[in-house]
Amino acid sequence: MPAEPPIEVPRSLAEAFAILAAAPHRPVAGGTDVLVQIAGELGPPPERVIDLWRLDELRGIGLEGDTLALGALTTYTEIRRSAVCLEHLPALVDAAATIGAAQIQNRGTLGGNIANASPAGDSLPVLLAMDAEIVVGGVRGEQTIPARDFWVAYRRTALQPDELVLRVRIPLVARREIRFRKVGTRRAQAISKVVMALAWRSSPGDGGWSDVRVALGSVAATPIRATATEAVLDGAAPTAETAERAAATLAAEIQPIDDVRSTADYRRVVAARVLHRLVRDAGGW
Amino acid sequence: MNVRMLVNGAPVEIDVPGMRRLLDVLREDLGLTGTKEGCGEGECGACSVILDGQVVDACLVPVSQADGSTVRTVEGLAPTPGGGAGDRRLDELQQAFLETGGAQCGICTPGMLMAARAYLDAGGGPDEAAIREAIAGNLCRCTGYTKIVEAIARAAAGGAA
Repeated sequence: MPAEPPIEVPRSLAEAFAILAAAPHRPVAGGTDVLVQIAGELGPPPERVIDLWRLDELRGIGLEGDTLALGALTTYTEIRRSAVCLEHLPALVDAAATIGAAQIQNRGTLGGNIANASPAGDSLPVLLAMDAEIVVGGVRGEQTIPARDFWVAYRRTALQPDELVLRVRIPLVARREIRFRKVGTRRAQAISKVVMALAWRSSPGDGGWSDVRVALGSVAATPIRATATEAVLDGAAPTAETAERAAATLAAEIQPIDDVRSTADYRRVVAARVLHRLVRDAGGW
Repeated sequence: MNVRMLVNGAPVEIDVPGMRRLLDVLREDLGLTGTKEGCGEGECGACSVILDGQVVDACLVPVSQADGSTVRTVEGLAPTPGGGAGDRRLDELQQAFLETGGAQCGICTPGMLMAARAYLDAGGGPDEAAIREAIAGNLCRCTGYTKIVEAIARAAAGGAA
């Protein structure tokens, strides 16, 4: 049987913060990453674990003015079933639907995807493209970290050892559109080879784009934004010529690697094609 | 840690490490070996059980998270035996798997049955695409999905499909 490190099971957030302040513990939410890492012996098992599952303070999806707020323990199944998410951020619903299958979606959490910090985390490009903020906290209080500053290096985050991800805040901006696309080996239960979210605001006049965000996973050590590609799309209309230029820029901008799931060449070509297709679909041509 | 669960309708109280996998508690501590271990990392679904009404991979659930919960395994699928040793009644899904040849080598079958049970319990119907999505987290190493999908559709249609 896999290693069974000692586990604390706090019943309140205050209790959890106190446990983390006393000693480092590996947080486990839905378990869909942590238990794989322990069973697969991917590194030494954690010395101590803290089970977050009972912390109902970290659950719930709701609107706070012009902001969509999701508790860290929100599962992918809850996102898929959320009328609020379906209405205001269907791209996040699309992303949740591509993660694992029913068994994973019933346990895996948005906060877990964020804290696990895999470059292939499928919800993360959506958060980057939406200018999401990640609220973290501990005994020293709460702080809000923009998503673009959160994943600092391969599997490393801005989170301190005594802090937890508490919730995600996503500003809902008028006339902003977002599209999501994941490419994996199969439709379900696949770790992405390329995952992308594209967001923009359309001018009500000429249909030109502004505030463009091109966010990708699985093409770098962290989830990234392709800012040179964004600059090509910003101020342009979604024409064939724009799509060609943006795709070429993206292929040159990203530096993916070869690994067990794909090759750098494949990822570069597919990322460019996915972007081209998303722009084409948006342009309706 | 002291863990209390309702497993297949029977109250269970057991003292085990909280990080023990629900899968190991079921198989090793409770002797319920109908739930299989395939990959042990959430890829294959062989260890699928129903936890508080939702299908989960029992290899990914620390038992601390099942404390106070209701667990249903393949052993709890058939109606509670009322007719003694001669009672051979099966769940409609088990019957449909038998009739269509949905069980092949058998290793994925308990997980397939539990994923399908959760699907039917949630109101799922005989639509093939929906059934395939419901069992997308369950791998069949015989790659004989056609008969499995047929069996679930048959059960969803009340055995008449």
